[in-house]
Amino acid sequence: MKKKIRSLEDLNRFREKAFEAKQRQTHLGNVQVIVSLGSCGIAAGAFDTLKAIQQQVDDDHLNEVIVSQTGCIGLCGHEPIVEVITADTSKVTYGHVTPEVARRILREHVLGGKVLEAFVVEV
Amino acid sequence: MVQEAKALDIVELVEQAVAKHGARRDAVIPILNEINQAFGYIPTAALPEIRRRIHAPAEGVFLADSHLYSAASFYQLFSLKPLGRHVIRFCESAPCHVMGGRQVIQALQNELGLEIGETSQDGKWSLLTTSCLGVCGVGPVFLVDDDIYGNVTSDQVPEILARYK
Amino acid sequence: MKVIRSMVLVSVDQASLERGAEEVFHKFLEEIDEFGLSDKIAVSTIRDVGLRDDIPLVIVYPDAAVYGPVRLEDVHTIVEEHLYKGNIVPHLLALMRELAPEIAWTRDRRGTLPIEKRIVLERAGIVNPESIEDYILNDGFQALGKALTQMTPAEVIAEIDKSGLQGRGGAGFPTGRKWSFVASTPGSPKYVICNADESEPGTFKDRLILEGDPFSIVEAMTIAGYAIGAHEGYIYIRGEYPRAYHLIENAIHQAEMLGLLGDHIFGTDYSFHIHPHAGAGAYICGEETALIESLEGKRGMPRPRPPYPTTYGLFGKPTVVNNVETLANVPPILRNGAVWYREVGSPKSTGTKVYTILGNVNFTGLIEVPMGITLREVIDIYGKGMRNGKKLKLVQTGGSSGTIVPAKLQDTPLDFDSFRNAGVSLGSGALLVCDEDTCVVDLAKVILRFFRNECCGKCTPCRIGTLRLYEIINQISEGKAVLSDLEVMQNISEAMSEVSNCGLGQTASTALRDILKYFREEVEMHIIDKVCPVGVCPIAKHESELMQKAG
Repeated sequence: MKKKIRSLEDLNRFREKAFEAKQRQTHLGNVQVIVSLGSCGIAAGAFDTLKAIQQQVDDDHLNEVIVSQTGCIGLCGHEPIVEVITADTSKVTYGHVTPEVARRILREHVLGGKVLEAFVVEV
Repeated sequence: MVQEAKALDIVELVEQAVAKHGARRDAVIPILNEINQAFGYIPTAALPEIRRRIHAPAEGVFLADSHLYSAASFYQLFSLKPLGRHVIRFCESAPCHVMGGRQVIQALQNELGLEIGETSQDGKWSLLTTSCLGVCGVGPVFLVDDDIYGNVTSDQVPEILARYK
Repeated sequence: MKVIRSMVLVSVDQASLERGAEEVFHKFLEEIDEFGLSDKIAVSTIRDVGLRDDIPLVIVYPDAAVYGPVRLEDVHTIVEEHLYKGNIVPHLLALMRELAPEIAWTRDRRGTLPIEKRIVLERAGIVNPESIEDYILNDGFQALGKALTQMTPAEVIAEIDKSGLQGRGGAGFPTGRKWSFVASTPGSPKYVICNADESEPGTFKDRLILEGDPFSIVEAMTIAGYAIGAHEGYIYIRGEYPRAYHLIENAIHQAEMLGLLGDHIFGTDYSFHIHPHAGAGAYICGEETALIESLEGKRGMPRPRPPYPTTYGLFGKPTVVNNVETLANVPPILRNGAVWYREVGSPKSTGTKVYTILGNVNFTGLIEVPMGITLREVIDIYGKGMRNGKKLKLVQTGGSSGTIVPAKLQDTPLDFDSFRNAGVSLGSGALLVCDEDTCVVDLAKVILRFFRNECCGKCTPCRIGTLRLYEIINQISEGKAVLSDLEVMQNISEAMSEVSNCGLGQTASTALRDILKYFREEVEMHIIDKVCPVGVCPIAKHESELMQKAG
């Protein structure tokens, strides 16, 4: 049972804690790979992309990679969309990420530090 | 052959659905939904079973089989007859149409040998159309059961259908 | 999206073209490239600037500076001084006279950048929609906390009223006024309904909000409930959106766990419960009274109005029905204040509007921009131009029930007021862009088929009308119609829009009416010459068969 929020002060304390948790995550040198899982993305094959990413993460024991999801950002023409946030590059958004492209992103960008320019979407 | 629901299963399912959503007039659509999802259609035999559990004149709740039939026949996601094991719902609204939907529905019809609204002899496929599915950004779009496919071209149709046993 | 920081519009009406507008346009592209600004500045054209002496005109946003007449040699100066250094060039400005009415609206646009401004979509695609931590981290529940602990219900309503927020479901009714009606109507209990039965073809903004930022709707509904004195809320999500339903269910559960929904919210005496409800596939249920009937477990058939839901709604009680996008505006308004909100958009239509861009453009998707942007800007900047370099033929605005805007009207600014004046519906914000390969008869056929399928059957004009219109358009597309059929169509269409019971019947023939207004010649060719000029309709097939036989 979580503690209930009973005032604005409670809410802001909760927020600070959530912020610290987030900070800790990024300080550990983790890489975040975020798959856009709105219905548009799913229709364009985002589940296949997500599966490929999870498979690769498991196979290669990429423990520092955190795979998560977000909603649709409204760039339907570019779906499926995957975002990569590493400690040294700022957020990179990729479009048209098929399972094959997703595996390349993990190999070349997440491990190799080289952004796949051909698939980058300007946001 | 398409599979029809058995009487015993119907009673049991209605029992569960009414218990879950409440024996209330305003729970009718969630209850019908539950039955439609379980059997793939709403057997008319389910309607008196639902009515019996909700109709309560002493409490001022009046519900007839005809009320239930009128609701069950109104909504597009409900079917009153059994459908194929896999149901294709192709979006026939204007955005998908403008983005090349015409060719894709033709390809589906050719591949399955079905007209719109038909179910195949072996009970495997039903080909239906639907109004907008709200993923127009990746049109043309169709559903196979709960799986949604976007940016479809007519060339991809055989490959997509082959995924279903 | 590129961040466009400025936009240049060059007038290209006939008179401007005669005075070298085209060269000026290309010179702008060259010079902007020279200064390395191509990524940041968009160049587009504007057609109807009215007859005046100082053409070609060049309008630069966001300053809404109007230059003219602009000669080829002036372009370098404007680019260097204004676009590169940021100083308006006074001696090149058009003389300060009353601007021609066609471009008078440019003044309202002063200070608004032609870039996206995200208010209701501020978190969609940024946060994890399953995580209440992410929501709270991004200002979530601040507005509700402020409302419950620092404001009275009347103050909440007053703030929303002051913001000028208008309903985004299509009708544009002021939200604050709707809330105060229900708050002051006797009767209890009262209900809040969130209309998430987004079924207008081409519209998916509500899905994006529900899937990308579900907590914001939970928060907004609770605020609405507090404002009007309701303790129960329903969110009616269309059956075709299972993912949205799942995410809303999850959001409700998580908010309840933290005491941000349910009993004693924020530790106060106020309680509010939200019930998610899945629709079962019916376009008509987007109409608020049909939605209420459906929630009560019946066929989704609209009730006669009045009485309106504000007095006689769910279970006969006073009810607020708000669209998803409308509700999503509520928390940011309370957080930042009505004054902040009024600064966005045009004076009569405040805030932003979410549009979906679809059809034959290079980029499809969804944008949230201030009210008052023009179709041309939408297509050129956000749609990245027409696909395959084709020519624009028409845009259907507001979904299948919306109006057809022919290419020549694409400089009308998109806000409720200008659209009303131009007889165009802004509606749900869907913009279906069609190129020259679109046959208007074929398009009308698809649209009329939709309404034939979706008509609920309650009232005669709509039930018979939608069927007859579809039959006739079918005959036209097969080359079997006669000219007098068009008159029949017009009569049916007029009758439907005047006497149908609800919005479905009243708007079902909007597109047809516009097609007959702007593209009558093309329709008549199908009837008189038995030819489909674009080659899409069934007659085109007959035609080629005949040709083969003959030749």
